[in-house]
Amino acid sequence: MKRVFLYFFIGILFGITMIKSEAASWFRIYEMFQFKSFHMYGIIGTAVALGVVLTQAIKRFKLRSFFGEEIHIPSKTKLVKAPLFGGIVFGLGWALTGACPGPIYVLIGAGYFPILIVFASALLGTYCYGILKPHLPH
Amino acid sequence: MNLIFDPWPWYVGGFVIAVVLFLLLFSEKQFGMSSNLRTLCAMAGAGKKTAFFNFNWRQYRWNLIVAIGAAVGGFLAANYMTDGTVGAIHKDVVVQLNAMGVHGAGENYMPKTFFSTDAFSNPKILTLLALGGFLVGFGTRYAGGCTSGHAISGLSNLQLQSLIAVIGFFIGGLLMNHFLLPHLL
Repeated sequence: MKRVFLYFFIGILFGITMIKSEAASWFRIYEMFQFKSFHMYGIIGTAVALGVVLTQAIKRFKLRSFFGEEIHIPSKTKLVKAPLFGGIVFGLGWALTGACPGPIYVLIGAGYFPILIVFASALLGTYCYGILKPHLPH
Repeated sequence: MNLIFDPWPWYVGGFVIAVVLFLLLFSEKQFGMSSNLRTLCAMAGAGKKTAFFNFNWRQYRWNLIVAIGAAVGGFLAANYMTDGTVGAIHKDVVVQLNAMGVHGAGENYMPKTFFSTDAFSNPKILTLLALGGFLVGFGTRYAGGCTSGHAISGLSNLQLQSLIAVIGFFIGGLLMNHFLLPHLL
């Protein structure tokens, strides 16, 4: 039960961060793809730079979790076509709606209700991928 | 700088995202928001017909809790942690968007064209939102992750396929932003 509160708290922190840093703003995403501002690159760059140190420290020093277990970081599979083609498809949608899957929930909470259309069609898109998966190049 | 009411600079935003990654990894979980869409499909019973959704979705309930928390965080920040100011958007971008009929850059958090309730009665905007959402849902699952799963978690783990995915995000994003969006609006 305690863990539920922990995940809920992490979510709240994430949601606040998406709004306050403006990473959930359509305008910021548009500006990023126009290369007119360092803002989004700064956010992602800072997170990745600290994330690399964190992740490599966990692996090298075999750090233990809050619950005392060794932390296991799964590596994604070594595919090339799927991340490239899928990435392009996601990029098209990201630049159109300004929404990544995380900010979708944040924007629902923030009261920008047309994002519910994006959410519903993202579920449909995921469902269609699930059906078509055996026929797509990976 | 007032961290409660002012928009955060990039280094504060990036730092707190790294804190979120830290908290999830030390809770024995991963940072990746798009997999919730798959979990929700499985919850709705999609696994009966499609193997991709035939898994024990209950083991991913924690991530749905994170998503619910994200919505609550969005509510709190949008209602109680702002005095209405937003960060400056580059002036060239403002001019360009105004010419395309998208107003409010640097004044509103979101463009009213897409995200005010008027959008619900505009068939063109509804179509664009639905199309974009579909591409987000399809693409993230095909790629195996989104900005959190690939760009943050995956690059932090120095995974080549996450770098490929991020390059894909930019190929698609630049195509839409520079060549398609001006014709769609």
